[in-house]
Amino acid sequence: MAKINGEEVNANNLLITEFLSENGYSPERVAVMINGEILPKADYAKTRISDNDEIEVVGFVGGG
Amino acid sequence: MEITEEDFKNAVNSRSKFPIYEKMKNAVIGVAGLGGLGSNIACALARSGAGTIVAVDFDTVELSNINRQMYTIKHLGMKKTQAIKAIISEINPFCNVITYDMFIDEKNCTEIFGGCEIVCEAFDNAKSKAEIVNALLLSSRKVKVISGSGMAGFGRANDITTKTVSERFFICGDMKTDVADGEGLTASRVMICAGHQASKVMEIILKDYDKHKNNDC
Repeated sequence: MAKINGEEVNANNLLITEFLSENGYSPERVAVMINGEILPKADYAKTRISDNDEIEVVGFVGGG
Repeated sequence: MEITEEDFKNAVNSRSKFPIYEKMKNAVIGVAGLGGLGSNIACALARSGAGTIVAVDFDTVELSNINRQMYTIKHLGMKKTQAIKAIISEINPFCNVITYDMFIDEKNCTEIFGGCEIVCEAFDNAKSKAEIVNALLLSSRKVKVISGSGMAGFGRANDITTKTVSERFFICGDMKTDVADGEGLTASRVMICAGHQASKVMEIILKDYDKHKNNDC
């Protein structure tokens, strides 16, 4: 199980791109942190979620 | 009335047991975007004695900005960089406002904010927000980023919070209400979000002071 945005999620082996699309996130409008480090966008399509990963997906909305 | 920096410092520090002004005076804080969030963040920090603010925007002040941005009718048509500089000079004439009248993006942001220890992301556009936050967090420097996301519409003030994503990344807002949803933007909610961002800046700057103070003891 990985912890994603504070919740235990069974997403092992899922690519970050797959997780984003399954959960309605636009890759252009997010920042993804894995175990406290920012994940470059170029790595979204080659990074698989591992057991015990702590992931934060921040989705941005417009307005300011 | 002639006001010296000593007068201003004493006024900022009045009723505080910590030397807020001295700590803020040494801070170099970036504000990316001078709209509803950025103009309010910059003014809040200037009031607390910010020494240097790096303020960046390419835009000019329009009538549709007045509902939530710090500008007034007399600033219409002015570059936001020049307008914010003028406003801050009337709040805190000892604050050094470095302006860049330009479009900031993922390619130039690390250079423009190279001297800043903290950058507040204060854009309007969601994609631009994500781009600059990613770029600043990927840069080798340990700059801290405080972003705003989700402050559109009216009401629901208590939904706006500050979330610590990592030790370098904080996000303020309700994370949900998008200006694209059609409820517009209001001063009350935008200022709450800007207040959260400015407050986090001060917490970071003054927490360091606390830590050093304890170490000295």
